[in-house]
Amino acid sequence: MPSLPPIRPQDEARARALKTGEGEHGFDAPTEETNASALFDYALRLGDDALILGQRLGEWTGRCPSVEVDLSIANFALDLVGQATYFLGYAGKVEGKGRDGDALAFHRDVLDYRNCLLVEQPNGDFAQTMARQLLFSTWQKMLFERLVISSDALIASVAAKAVKEVAYHEELAAEWVVRLGDGTEESHRRMADGIAWNWRFVPELFDRDEIDSAITSQGIGADVASFREAYDARIGAVLAEATLDRPTDQRPILGGRRGHHSEHLGHILSEMQFLPRAYPDAKW
Amino acid sequence: MDPRPRGGDGEVVKDWPLWEVFVRTKGGLSHRHVGSVHAPDGEIAVRHARDTYTRRMEGVSLWVVESSAIHASDPADDGPMFAPAEDKVYRHPTFYNIPEGITHI
Repeated sequence: MPSLPPIRPQDEARARALKTGEGEHGFDAPTEETNASALFDYALRLGDDALILGQRLGEWTGRCPSVEVDLSIANFALDLVGQATYFLGYAGKVEGKGRDGDALAFHRDVLDYRNCLLVEQPNGDFAQTMARQLLFSTWQKMLFERLVISSDALIASVAAKAVKEVAYHEELAAEWVVRLGDGTEESHRRMADGIAWNWRFVPELFDRDEIDSAITSQGIGADVASFREAYDARIGAVLAEATLDRPTDQRPILGGRRGHHSEHLGHILSEMQFLPRAYPDAKW
Repeated sequence: MDPRPRGGDGEVVKDWPLWEVFVRTKGGLSHRHVGSVHAPDGEIAVRHARDTYTRRMEGVSLWVVESSAIHASDPADDGPMFAPAEDKVYRHPTFYNIPEGITHI
């Protein structure tokens, strides 16, 4: 267990308020509007995770170690963007203000994005990308396995479809982590670095706030704590097979779920949103 | 300049071995050769075959075989290999009436 308390957005805001003498709600506190509905937020979290990781993986297209790997990664990205289309479309419907999935994807800025910090992390080399994929897909698969019985019909049906896609992502990512970890001296070093880079963003996946409680008490969401142990066991088994040490836990970094993102997300959005913003009437 | 990637010791990095891919499109049909993929081992070759050749629901089963495991006839040898069959039309099963509704024969 980490010995230091996690850095939470509330703490940051409080520290800033103390320093400047302002109220507790700093300029980047979550807006009222985005807190209007727990279901809206929950759908955004699911959708934004998938969208941002899909966009990130898309950066590999044409640059993978081989054409076969190029197809594998592009397939992952397409699966994820497909999931995002369902979840964001649903979020727009729940919100009821006339925004559709495209509006939510292309006309929100960093502070309104609700993805976890892990998915926006840079691709790095192929090892770092596969390390991130293993850590995320294992979590996403365990979450979707539980969302299949969600009391919300749309979330349940999307989870039922997506869980098969995600199970494949998790398997292939694990295969690569094992091969590179238990490969040459160089591939081992790179995979160890890749796992180490992404490790500090894992605790956020298991952090729970009032939106999680609200959504879980209604039977819509799944309690992430219920699969923390299974997650640790699975990741531990893959790392062991890959002859990699489990990194030591660092101070967890939280905030993505409330719109407090790393510097990387702005760059992702500027690329992803350029076309529909520059050419709002474009059709293709 | 030789564009091939080189490892730390300056030696040309060898490509992954080639694998031949066979897809069964539906139950009851044979696996058919569809192409090949590069992969470091058989398990990854199956994944690569899946992502390369069955992404539009083309298959229900996949085989991969390392290409070097295949023994092939020599094209230069096609005379003795194939010519003797040319004038033996009676070997074709065209003298039978195939009942209606029989497919995949």
